[in-house]
This record gives sequence, structure tokens and C-alpha cells, in this order.
Amino acid sequence: MTDQLTTDPTKPAQRMRAGSMVLPLTPWVIAAIALLILPFIFTANSAITIMNQMAITIIFALAYNMLLGQGGMLSFGHAVYAGVGGFACMHIINNDAFFSNLPLPLLPIFGGLFGMGLAMIVGSFSTRKAGTVFAMISLGVGELIAACSVIIVAFFGGEEGISGDRTYGLPFLGVEFLQQIEVYYLIAVWLMVSAALMYLYSRTPLGRMANAVRDNPERAEFLGYSARWVRFYSFVASGFFAGIAGALFAINYEILTEENLNTTQSGIILLVTFLGGVGFFFGPILGAIVFTLVQTVLSLQTELWGFYLGIVFVVTVMFFPGGLAGLIMMHVPAKRLGKLGRLGLPYLKTLGAGALGCLGAAALIEMVFHVRHASVGDHEITVYWTTFDTHGVLPWVLAIGATVIGFGLARATAPGLVAAWNDANTPDGAAR
Amino acid sequence: MDLILVNLIDGLVTGLLLFMLSAGLTLIFSMMGVLNFAHASFYMLGAYFAFQISLALGFWMGLLIAPLVVGVMGAGVERYGLRRVHQYGHVPELIFTFGLALLIEELVQFIWGKNQMPYEAPEILQFTAFAIAGNSIPAYKIFMIFISVAIFIGLLWVLTRTRVGMIIQAALTYPKTVEALGHNVPLIFMGVFGVGTALAGVAGVIAGPVLGTFPGMAFVLGSIVFVTIVIGGLGSLWGALVASLLIGWITTFSKAYNLRMEDLLTTLGFTKPEPIWDSPWRDLWSITSPQIADILPYILMVLILIFRPYGLFGKRDA
Repeated sequence: MTDQLTTDPTKPAQRMRAGSMVLPLTPWVIAAIALLILPFIFTANSAITIMNQMAITIIFALAYNMLLGQGGMLSFGHAVYAGVGGFACMHIINNDAFFSNLPLPLLPIFGGLFGMGLAMIVGSFSTRKAGTVFAMISLGVGELIAACSVIIVAFFGGEEGISGDRTYGLPFLGVEFLQQIEVYYLIAVWLMVSAALMYLYSRTPLGRMANAVRDNPERAEFLGYSARWVRFYSFVASGFFAGIAGALFAINYEILTEENLNTTQSGIILLVTFLGGVGFFFGPILGAIVFTLVQTVLSLQTELWGFYLGIVFVVTVMFFPGGLAGLIMMHVPAKRLGKLGRLGLPYLKTLGAGALGCLGAAALIEMVFHVRHASVGDHEITVYWTTFDTHGVLPWVLAIGATVIGFGLARATAPGLVAAWNDANTPDGAAR
Repeated sequence: MDLILVNLIDGLVTGLLLFMLSAGLTLIFSMMGVLNFAHASFYMLGAYFAFQISLALGFWMGLLIAPLVVGVMGAGVERYGLRRVHQYGHVPELIFTFGLALLIEELVQFIWGKNQMPYEAPEILQFTAFAIAGNSIPAYKIFMIFISVAIFIGLLWVLTRTRVGMIIQAALTYPKTVEALGHNVPLIFMGVFGVGTALAGVAGVIAGPVLGTFPGMAFVLGSIVFVTIVIGGLGSLWGALVASLLIGWITTFSKAYNLRMEDLLTTLGFTKPEPIWDSPWRDLWSITSPQIADILPYILMVLILIFRPYGLFGKRDA
């Protein structure tokens, strides 16, 4: 069975610390403090909106990684559980009699329960098999529910979705959640709580069994565990936290539409989780932060950002299956040996050259796209804050030159980097 | 009666089109155990390439060249992409093909833009073949049927009657043994992947003029193709054929006949709640069959998975 993403017990970073049902204190305290003071550093409303979006994506990505990273189950329709949780919360918000007695911060629990309920129904038949079959079923069910959103108008609100007003809830300690910043702290608290719960879940015997079933379901069955039920429990737990993410989305945006359910949304969460790295708990967190930032910045700059994202994603799958987190954790052995510093200069050489090549290639892509698709007579383009004529020769020479020289230099310096890498990962005095 | 005949033909066209995609997909799956998420993207590439070629050389050269180009690209993807990712396991393979599907869609938008391309059937086929009770059947539909049937027969012949087909069938079940007998199994895999994607390319070439050549065309058909091979049973060619035709006819007939849930519920003895717009069941009562035609395949899939997880013709466990 080479079916699954496996943990490698020889790598210290992946060795499990079984039985330690406590949170390692430092990272969590740092995270909590960071969440507390971030709004004082970035005070603009747009920044708070981005941070809210980020926090919701983090919860969703962590929930998704309970399936993909810890359970080895690839779902192509996970947005459905977040979406249904969100829609259910929207209906609760619109139910005045009930909502006026419910403090808003408790609402995500209901979202979680609804997501969990749906996951129990779907999981009852979809978790029988892992791997490809599970992926296909998740896709089919996801499409089915997304398509239902235009038919079952009473629940999904048709094409315009449903909206509500979060401020009608029972005031919580005098806060009515009129302002964005109050919502931020609500989401931040839920982020800490659910991240901690998900971390602790991964340390329970059940969470450990999920890893075992991922790596070798046959052996887990011989040990007396039902692989199917272990998968089912992971799926249900993941549905619960996805529902919480959906509820927070409902609270933050006060509107839910078909877009929250469809396959595109499910694809994005797969992308975020995988780019961040499925092998480590903090991978999806990293992925969500980077992805939200890049999405916000890049989508303002270029309409081709989906194209770049696709390239980055495919390259990641092919060459760095550990994602960002995997790349970072690769450096732990070198750090243990105290030789991380020796990598600095070779990195600077190769990655600097590579970055130049990427910038050149991106400029080329932008220029080709502009020449092909801009309206007739429009020859002006602005790339990297300089405006020039795309029908002149000089920009093309510059862009092609940067691409060729950049990638050429990166290629030329790569052997040096490999040598430095091997050196940094070998203890001094060890036999070569 | 006449309308039934017209719908039978329409459903047959849809079904055979689906079959051309699902045949390649199911072959690739039974061979490598990997589901090619980007399969429908190759179908889209086929349509776009054929459009570009038809501008210069006409429709027929497009029909000839575009699938070849797509097949070569598919083989390249297997050789340089999938084979590399294979070492990480099945789940990363699936993620890889998913990423590829995203990338191809973005690439198509990058090259051809977001608008629909004016790709049309050749003039020689733009006439009415025959009419049934006032419903004209365009010659292009008959052409599509002939092409698909010809491909199916050709595929069946190659797989069951030729030496190459025998080796492929053997490699499906016992790749190690076939390799030990001196055959180049990785090459066979690459070839099958190439042929499978080329089939998708053919489907794209002939479907482009009918269903429209636009960047979303892969997405529209993609998930239905997956549903088809799940219903038919993963890895079964006959299952793919039956499921494709089944889906083709189910969707066509439910679109053509306006069956209303209201009538069904009344027949079953339920009374319509009044006023209907205030009832929580209003959506159930107002459902009509054209409205749910597009989700019927998914419902069928869920039912199949619950009651017969192997699919209609599936023999083995995935």
C-alpha cells in the first residue's frame, strides 16, 4: 500500500509525540497575543476585513486537513459542509424569536452541528472506501448539493442567496457586534478555540488511529479497528469544524450564496491546504495566511493571477509535495547541526537568480496577454510600476533577457546549492 | 411516438459523446488506478485546437490533427508529470490532475480569452438529414453518432482482436508478469494515456460546434463524466457505455417531458398545502422534471453508491 501520504518516523519533525494531550504552550501563547494586538497595528477597515477572511480560511483549511493530511481522504466537495452550516446559521439569524435570545458568539456551535449532521448523512456511505472512490463520491455529492441550491429556494435562497442582520442577537456583555472590530475578536476567539480543539483531536487515540488508517488500513483492521468507522469519525469531526467556519462566514459577511457551496470553493480550500502543507498541523494555517494575502494583493494587480496560481500549484504538487510547511521543516536537521548559516549565501545566489527569471517570465506573460487581448490601439501597459509600449522592441528584449539570464544563472548555481545543502545536513567529521 | 423517436436520437448523441470521454477515462483508471481529473480539460483542448486549425485548414483537417496533438500532450503529461508524482501515491496523483485541470482552464483563457469561439460545423454538414413529424434532425448529429460508433467499434476491435490489445489487457491485470515477458509496460501506460486523451480530444472536436467552445466547457461536462464511470463501475468499458447512454436518455427525456412533482404528489394522495407560497414544502411541490434534469445523474450516482457500490458493471474494488 503506497496509496497515502505517509509520515516518516525517521524525521524528527514528523515523529509523533503520542500521549501528550497537552498544548505546547509557546506557539499558542504567541498566536493568541498576535491575534490580540494585530488590529492595533493594522487599523484600517480593509485590513480587518482581510484578517477576518484569513481567520475563517484558517479554520476551514484546518478542518479540511483533518481529512486530507491526517485521514488521507481527498474531498472535492468540502465547501458543502461549511456552506450548509453557514446557511443554517443564516436561517437562525433570520428567526427573530429564537435569535433574540441567543448571544451571537454561540451561533457557530449551531453551524458546526449542522455541518456535522450533513457529514454524518453523507459519511454513512462515502467513507466506506478511501482514496479515489471517496474523492469521486465527495465530488458527486458536492455537485448535487450545489445544484440543489437553485432548486430548493426555501433553504438556499436561489441565485441571490440569503442574507440577515447579525445585530439582532442577544447582546453579549453589552456588545452588539455592530462594528467590524468586534466581529474580528469574535472570530479570533473561535479561531483559537477551534484550532486548539483540532490540535487536541489529532492527539487523541482516535486522531492517531486516523493516521494509522491513512498509512495502512489493512494493518489497522488486523489490529481490530474498523478502518471505515475511523474514517467516518474523522469525516464527521471535519464536518463540524467546517460548519463553524461557515457560521463565522455568515456572521462576518451576513450573506450566503451558491458560491459558498460550489466546486470552485472546494477546490480553493484544497489548494490552500496543499500549498500550506498537509504533513504538519501548522501547514494549513500558513497556507491560509499566504493565500489570502497573495489573493488580495495579486488579484488587484493582474487578471492573470489564476494562471500564476495554477502554475504554482502544479509545480508544488510535482516537486514539493510537502508544501510550504514541508519546505520549512526540511531545514530542521540543518538547524540542529547549527549549520543553517552556511545555506544563506548559496540560497541568495540561486533563489535571487530564480526570482529574476520568474519576474521576467511574468512580465513576458503579461505582455503577451496584453498584445493578444487588449482593445485595438491600446498599446500601453503597466508592469512593475513602469508604463511602456508593448509594441516596442526594448521591453521584449529586457523581459526575455531577464527570463533567460535569471533561469540560466539559477541553473548554473544549483549544483553549488545542492553541495551546500548536503554539507549543511551532514554532521562535521562524519564519514563521507 | 414521434417525439419519443426524436428524443431517443438526441439522447443517443449526448450519451455517445459522454461515452467517448468516459471510455478513455475508465481505460486510464483501470490501467493506472488513477482518475484523470483533467480528462475533460483535454476534451476542451481538442475543441480549441480544432477551432484554431479549422481557421487555417478547414474542419476536416481539424478533426484529424487536433486529437493527435491532444494525444501527444496527454502522453507528455503522463511521462513528465504523472510518472513523477506517482511515487508519492494515489492521492497526490489525483491532486496533480486536479491542478492540471485548473491550469489548462487558465491557459485556455490566457490564449483565447473568456468569450465563446465562433467554431461551427462544416457547411457540407449543415443541412437537415430528415424530419420526424416536423422535428428536423440536423445531419451533423447523425455524423456525430457515426463517428462515435465507429470509434467504439474500433476500440473494441483493437482491445479484443489485436496483439496490442491483448498486451494492454494483460498489463491491466498483471503488469509485473507482462513486464517480465519483455514488454515495456511504462510505454504501454503512456500510450494508453495518450490514446485516452486523444479520444477526449475527438469528442471535443465534434462537440465544440454543438455545445459551444468556451473556457467553461470542461467544467460543465467534467463532473458528469466522473458520475458516468462511477455509475457504470470503475474500470468497466461496457459499464461506461451503458451508463453514458442511460444518462444521455434520462436527461434528454426529463427535459423534453414536463413532468410535475405536483401531479405525482396528488396522484399519491397528498393534498396541496394552501397558500403554497407560504408552505415550507413549496419547493418540493413546484419541482418540474426539466428543472432537475441536470442533477438527476448525481442523484442516480448516490443511489447506485448506496445500493450497489461497485457500479452497474464493476467487478472489482477500486
